[in-house]
Amino acid sequence: MLLAQVDTQLANLSNYLIYSTMTVYTLAMFAQIFEWTFGAKGGVAVRSAQQSTLAESVAESAAAAKGVRKVTVTVASQGGGTTTLTRTALADAGATTVTSGRGDGGPADGAGPAGTSEKADMAGRIAVSLTVLGLLLHAASVATRGLSVMRWPWGNMYEFSCAFALMMVGAYVILLATKKNVRWLGLPVTVVALLILGVAVAVLYTDSEQLVPALHSYWLGIHVSAATVCGGAFFAAFVATVAYLLKDRYEHRVAAGLTVRAANLMERLPASGTLDKLSYRINAIIFPLWTFTIIAGAIWAEVAWGKYWEWDPKETWSFITWVAYAAYLHARATAGWRGRKAAYLALLAFACWLFNFYGVNIFITGKHSYAGV
Amino acid sequence: MSDTKTSPQPADAAEGPDAERLGDVERLSTAPEENDAVPAGIGVLGWLRWFWRQLTSMRVALLLLFLLSLAAIPGSLVPQDTNAFKVAEWKNAHKGVVPLFEKLQLFDVYGSVWFSAIYILLFVSLAGCILPRTWQFVGVLRAQPPAAPRNLTRMPVYAAWHTDADPAAVNAAAHRLLKKRGFRAAAGSGSVAAERGYLREVGNLLFHFALFALLAGFAWASLFSGSGTKIVLEGQGYSNTTTQLDDFTGSAFYGVDDLDAFGFKLDGFTADFQTTGPAAGTAKEFVANVRYWEGADTSKQKHAQIEVNHPLEVGGTKVFLTAHGFAPVVTVRNAEDEVVYRGPTVFLPQDSNVTSPGVIKVNDYGTGPDGRKTQLALSGMFLPTAPDDFNETGRPVSVFPAAANPRLVITAYVGDLRTDSGLPQNVYELDDKAMTQLKVNGQPASVPLQVGQGWQLPDGYGSVTFDGYQQWANFTVSHRPGNAVALTGAVCAILGLIGSLFVQRRRIWVRATAGADGRTLVEVAGLGRSESARTAEELAEVAVELQDDAPAAADAPATDGPQAAADAPATDGPQAAADAPATDEPPGPDGPADDAPAAADSPAAAVPTAPETKE
Ligand code: HEM
Repeated sequence: MLLAQVDTQLANLSNYLIYSTMTVYTLAMFAQIFEWTFGAKGGVAVRSAQQSTLAESVAESAAAAKGVRKVTVTVASQGGGTTTLTRTALADAGATTVTSGRGDGGPADGAGPAGTSEKADMAGRIAVSLTVLGLLLHAASVATRGLSVMRWPWGNMYEFSCAFALMMVGAYVILLATKKNVRWLGLPVTVVALLILGVAVAVLYTDSEQLVPALHSYWLGIHVSAATVCGGAFFAAFVATVAYLLKDRYEHRVAAGLTVRAANLMERLPASGTLDKLSYRINAIIFPLWTFTIIAGAIWAEVAWGKYWEWDPKETWSFITWVAYAAYLHARATAGWRGRKAAYLALLAFACWLFNFYGVNIFITGKHSYAGV
Repeated sequence: MSDTKTSPQPADAAEGPDAERLGDVERLSTAPEENDAVPAGIGVLGWLRWFWRQLTSMRVALLLLFLLSLAAIPGSLVPQDTNAFKVAEWKNAHKGVVPLFEKLQLFDVYGSVWFSAIYILLFVSLAGCILPRTWQFVGVLRAQPPAAPRNLTRMPVYAAWHTDADPAAVNAAAHRLLKKRGFRAAAGSGSVAAERGYLREVGNLLFHFALFALLAGFAWASLFSGSGTKIVLEGQGYSNTTTQLDDFTGSAFYGVDDLDAFGFKLDGFTADFQTTGPAAGTAKEFVANVRYWEGADTSKQKHAQIEVNHPLEVGGTKVFLTAHGFAPVVTVRNAEDEVVYRGPTVFLPQDSNVTSPGVIKVNDYGTGPDGRKTQLALSGMFLPTAPDDFNETGRPVSVFPAAANPRLVITAYVGDLRTDSGLPQNVYELDDKAMTQLKVNGQPASVPLQVGQGWQLPDGYGSVTFDGYQQWANFTVSHRPGNAVALTGAVCAILGLIGSLFVQRRRIWVRATAGADGRTLVEVAGLGRSESARTAEELAEVAVELQDDAPAAADAPATDGPQAAADAPATDGPQAAADAPATDEPPGPDGPADDAPAAADSPAAAVPTAPETKE
């Protein structure tokens, strides 16, 4: 394999870009804090507003009843309540317009960080724009880093950290783009991204350089890309799990008539049930990819070292993480663990993953440590 | 299944296993039934059965999974026997706990009794869980989807409307429609039952069976594999026998006699490094050029290149390039100026710039200047690139991994090398118990030699010349069968997982009945394996499409009839559904009793029962 020299100019550009990224994320974070602070005012009013829109649209479609096919589906939810989902289709036009919304049932999703405040919503929009700008700079930084050595830009922990912070922010922006109600994720995602990048820049930084021959393999592209995506997703699921635990506690205290703290903050988060499902879904979607990551790693190890599994600390902790996530999925699918118990399991599994990434590289030496910390 | 009891279903706690099936978690699940009841005086057989039930229960499976991940931890913290050098180092540093750790097999965690016990139990549990599930599933596949329950309003997703179309025609249209949507549909009397997403269970079974394939691959590999390492100098050959290997680890069914017959000669080794920029010294590539042959016949030779990620495959054996280094070539003359040693000696690198310590042992030195028989050893460092200021500092550390400015820094010992003591000895280490270091003015004598330079040993012990150096490459020769099995298992596991996690298993029922007013009431209901918004959306789509054939009656807007419950959910709450008429109807001939659970007015009634799949 022929390797290019390091293009130091590009490598430096990448460093400047990562600093710019962090600056922009910081600004986005302030905009989000602003959004959360000023959104405090009208947080609770939104639910009725939402419902009235639903009611209106249902009324509208009922008015146009002739030639319209319309169905309202009653959905029994877990807590014993019901929600409805209405679907209408014009008889002649093939298109189906869907109006779906919740009636009453369990606690409804919060309105999001901005509540009903226009000022806060503006701050939120600015935050989203800044996040997208930051994401572009971030992507450019990762790309130039890769181009400076003409290889995949994840050969050491610094590069790997930058890459999976990118994946995480990217996932958030994609969710926003698909009009999911995830504005609330913005603040935790930017904070976590800043933390990851901060640690990467301050502690893990290594100059852009060629890789030792053991890492010259297209398996680097496959195995590490997959691991990067998993890292980003596990982080996102972690954020959702923590949000769930906070919101669930809040809902219980409200239901029990106990005093609650940060009520206006909590009000604006999605309902605990929604958060619970979100974290489960992310974990379930990413589990097969994590399995694939481990298997791709094993195949690569076989090619490079002659044995696909040697219980190297990194391998061991990947395995531990895998079993922990499998236990979590099992607990939910077969043992019927929901809510808090399952959430604690998810946190445990995430802790294993975190240790696998940071702890193993820093505290334990194994074959994986030659990539420079 | 006591775990389920913690779910927020009041009915669960109150009633027996039948009630547990009401739990939404168990909807459409074919998970094995679990029963905690301790057998009452049934004797050994009863206890065995109880034990088996426990072992194959989900709770124990979970426990075993936890234990497995816990048990894997110590092996990542304590060095393992596969790395004998590290183990020895660790044992030296922690002498106190070594006996205890050895008893606990902490230096061989993954082969230890307790680790094996956990995963064997896990796999027994898995078999006990998955085999019955497979039979059940075969039964499910052969049977039709279960007939529509009496009371469709109790299903988690439900919709209804009135139409003027003929009930039989609506049912027929629904049957067609569901079939077209990929459902397996069965027309019943006055209703249609359909089910989709069997791939979920297929995936789940495939995944769990694939774990067995993985295990089989591991077992095969660990019983029938062997590997060894060999350092080969440029220009040297190697043939695959244990006498030639530096070390060999076999297994139960692969010993020294089973080595595949082949050999190779190392024609040249090239290492290429980054020479400029911030990453100077980082290796760009390592290539070993070899000629190899199969069997004992060395005449038919083929050329090959072995690189770090490109092993050579000969027969059932792979040859990996795992390390490289230098072997300084020296000539040693004894006190009588006879050449007693000439050739390359392998020095082992200790850092990434290939600073290599080593020992040259001259067993046949002959007699020393004092007339007594003695042996000589040269101990020192080979630096492929000595630093520019080496002459001033004398620090024996290489600054670049290739041989740009090679130096050999050595000191000499005389005495007994103790190589004849019969004990195995490390060729790379000096046993200086019976040796004395040669000194000049009371200081240990040490010289840095450049290629071509010589050193007159102190006290008339002769001389050493540093003639040059050769490169060597270290090869791992490995025979490991079972890879294909493990890989197949792994691929199946991923495919199975995708099916098991992404496919929704769900049922849809449609019932069109003639009402008292002459109108036809169309009811559609759905039940999903897990609570998912998609079940409701799919049902809505089906219902909207069905309205092509069963248009909602214009003068009877959707707010009539059973729809009322849906349109005023906020006020009526769950009880609205329970008000529907069919609740206390006795089970008819086409509806098994548990389709209409007795707990109608408990809150759990809103979460309907799962019609059993295992009939
Ligand atoms: C060897 C370790 C095991 C691993 C890694 C593993 C992993 C998994 C995973 C990832 C799922 C998918 C969860 C979902 O559908 O959301 C699953 C499902 C399941 N597992 Fe395992 N499992 C293991 C052992 C076992 C054992 C020992 C049993 C039985 C005692 C078992 C029984 C089941 C059942 C019944 C399901 C299906 C749940 C459903 O209805 O969807 N598994 N397993």
